[in-house]
Amino acid sequence: MNMKTKRVDLLIIGGGPAGLAAACAAREAGVTNLLILEREDALGGILRQCIHNGFGLHTFKEELTGPEYAARYIARVQELGIPYECGAMVISLSPERRAVYVSRTEGIVAVEAGAVILAMGCRERPRGALGTPGWRCAGIFTAGTAQKLVNLEGRMPGKRVVILGSGDIGLIMARRMTFSGAKVLACVELMPYSSGLKRNIVQCLDDYGIPLLFNHTVVDIHGRERLTGVTIAEVDGKKQPIPGTEREIACDTLLLSVGLIPENELSAMAGVALSPATGGPVVDETLATNVPGVFSCGNVLHVHDLVDFVSAEAARAGEMAARFLSGERAAGERIPLIAGNGVSALVPEVLSERPEADVTFMFRPRAVYRNARIAVFRGGKQLAVKRARILAPGEMAEITVKQDAFCESEGELTVSVEEVGA
Amino acid sequence: MLYDVILIGGGVVGCATARELARYSLSVALLEKTEDICNGQSKANTAIVHGGYDAAPGSNKAMFNVRGNAMFERITAELSVPFSRNGSLVVSFEESGIPALLALKQRGEANGVKGLSILGREALLAREPNLNPAVQAALDVPSGGIVCPYELTIAYAENAAQNGVTFFRDAPVTAVSRNADGTFLVSSPAGAFVARAVVNCAGVHSAELNNMVSEEKHSITARRGEYYIVDKAYRDAFHSTIFQLPTAMGKGVLIAPTVDGTILIGPTADDIPDKDDTRTTAEGLARVLSRAKRSWPALPARAFITTYAGVRAHAETDDFILGEPADAPLFFNALGVESPGLSAAPALGEFLAQSVAERLGAKPNPAFDPIRPGIPKFRDMTDTEREAAIARDPEYAKIVCRCELVTEAEIRASIRRPVGARTVDGIKRRTRAGMGRCQAGFCLPRTLELLAEELAASPLSITKCGGESRYLESNLFSGKAGE
Repeated sequence: MNMKTKRVDLLIIGGGPAGLAAACAAREAGVTNLLILEREDALGGILRQCIHNGFGLHTFKEELTGPEYAARYIARVQELGIPYECGAMVISLSPERRAVYVSRTEGIVAVEAGAVILAMGCRERPRGALGTPGWRCAGIFTAGTAQKLVNLEGRMPGKRVVILGSGDIGLIMARRMTFSGAKVLACVELMPYSSGLKRNIVQCLDDYGIPLLFNHTVVDIHGRERLTGVTIAEVDGKKQPIPGTEREIACDTLLLSVGLIPENELSAMAGVALSPATGGPVVDETLATNVPGVFSCGNVLHVHDLVDFVSAEAARAGEMAARFLSGERAAGERIPLIAGNGVSALVPEVLSERPEADVTFMFRPRAVYRNARIAVFRGGKQLAVKRARILAPGEMAEITVKQDAFCESEGELTVSVEEVGA
Repeated sequence: MLYDVILIGGGVVGCATARELARYSLSVALLEKTEDICNGQSKANTAIVHGGYDAAPGSNKAMFNVRGNAMFERITAELSVPFSRNGSLVVSFEESGIPALLALKQRGEANGVKGLSILGREALLAREPNLNPAVQAALDVPSGGIVCPYELTIAYAENAAQNGVTFFRDAPVTAVSRNADGTFLVSSPAGAFVARAVVNCAGVHSAELNNMVSEEKHSITARRGEYYIVDKAYRDAFHSTIFQLPTAMGKGVLIAPTVDGTILIGPTADDIPDKDDTRTTAEGLARVLSRAKRSWPALPARAFITTYAGVRAHAETDDFILGEPADAPLFFNALGVESPGLSAAPALGEFLAQSVAERLGAKPNPAFDPIRPGIPKFRDMTDTEREAAIARDPEYAKIVCRCELVTEAEIRASIRRPVGARTVDGIKRRTRAGMGRCQAGFCLPRTLELLAEELAASPLSITKCGGESRYLESNLFSGKAGE
């Protein structure tokens, strides 16, 4: 049996916000033979279940719901006549950019691609990965799974809810469960700060009187069959529960919002180098991975705070893939960057010897910094500096370095944050 | 309901015995307390086929372990169950442990274990480069293997059902007594059963049943073991199963690769008063980690996909207690079947079935078919095989569990098979859907729908593992389709 084989210039894996924006930008940059593969039944990715508003303030200067935001890009994909397949899951990817996907309509299909954009998004960290002790009962869901059940399927997973972790999906679900008649008893956060957006803490917890308990965690899970309660405790500086601070909360549902993990199984198969800092591919300022012709953007690259930034990054990936296809190749070595004081999940993590444009670095602050200074140094020389009134791990920070500055300097590149006082 | 034989307990010993009894012209039924077979210690253990060097020579444990071990190639081929003879190593980190390794070797040889040898440090590190370089020596057990315990148990049950054994689930036995005609009356909420013979494979609860019919009283202690499961990304970290030589500091924990590519780390061994208490504990899990690091110093902190605990049935004799008590003829016990119970199960099933058949004077069943075809697994197929599978059944093109590449076809088949899945955990154990690194985050909603559709039930009624373990509390909108 000869497997059905397609040849495309650009294959985009994932039809969520990253894949859609990348496809539009690539098409606009002149790539005509391209294909989006989406494993779900419809385009839009996780936005399909994000029925709350707050999307698009940067991109469209207005507040949209997730499905509305996605619909604008889907309409553009259709206007531009970009081919896509839904119900089509890529199951392998080679360093030679040969993908195999399984499709509900076409069966097993191979795609030989001139370039590939990885836009597979991320998954949620489950309870098992935390090693939270107790019973393995029903009633424990990741926040995104609960969001899908409630928003897409109209099913309520429970009535008395505790949320572990204060990531954005958990915060959004605190409000959503409240709207739907559930009582959200507490949001419990291990760290002394939230990993979610400030606006979500205000609009989803504070407005409904839901307590946010910092430096607390769930230490035991009760209920042989369905969850009947959790024991929470305060933690010390080493994140260890402090004896004597335990208290039990009776609940039937525990939602987890304890981290998102970029889904890079295919990237690894293709030989793409992954970063321990982001969980995503190591990319340069053109969003190129170490595998020629393979680019990455969106939450598969690093977990973003706002979809607007995903779209902007993905559009750049689309343009850069188009340039690659037109024969332009970055020459020379790639210089590793150093994530200095206060900087985690730095993107890009490597840089071409001679960047062809200004470069914007994005990262997550390691802690809360007030009156902070973000700076980029090279070999002792300061290439860029920026003041920020407040930085928090829940919100991405960025700093841009002018192209000229790279040409006039040599040595190690470091991005760092420090508090400078008022 | 009248049967020749009633088996009590749907674990690996019960299901293996059921399958072996199907070789005879007997009417057989198996009663399982919970909502599914393979729900006790058979689902939550170390998934190992032991070599047989550990138990005392002459004990049932030693004899049935060695005999069972040798049966695994044939049984797993007949039942389409993955099995690998990956070999076991019992490692010592002290030179002073070498005499103990030699003693184990001698004991193994007395038990009839073949191919045992002592390996030195260099050979060990060449074979298992992630092993702690402080290792001094190890007992090499080439006959040691690994098997998926729930696939094996379920395959035994399916093959038994295929050959006429009837399974009753949600059928806890509340009483066993003897009728005036010498038959047994076995009472359960699923009905009253009359049987000529009873086989007691009730795991941690088996002593309670024995004590209902015999004055030879026994007691079973529930010994809990806690484990971590390491992500498949580390599948090549270890190839052999690594045991630590027991020392004065304790029995040690194992690094146990599985046939599915994950690695199990554990267990602890704590006696617990509640025999069904399968909770994990912070203290137990911490103990597992600190001991495992002795063997695998570079054990990555973020490598775990989940934790679990299992309970094993420890008898006061420290051995399997098998067969009929003197005062209870035709009541066959399999008491105290703890480790190496999984390894011994094929031999225990054969022995118990032969004993029962002999006592009942049963004739062979000429229609017995030992072959149980497995559900073809999309993840194990080549792309060409996948194309062919999709051509036969288009639902092979619908991937439900993206981590483990489980298709809708496999999930539906697992529900439709004999003794099929009725719960989300049942599907998980039959197909691996939800067992991967996202732990069902993505596939749970679809799995609930598929179960509801196949069982013609409301999604609200679907459970994780029976009883009150429902996932969904209510519909948000009245008049939702499908209810």
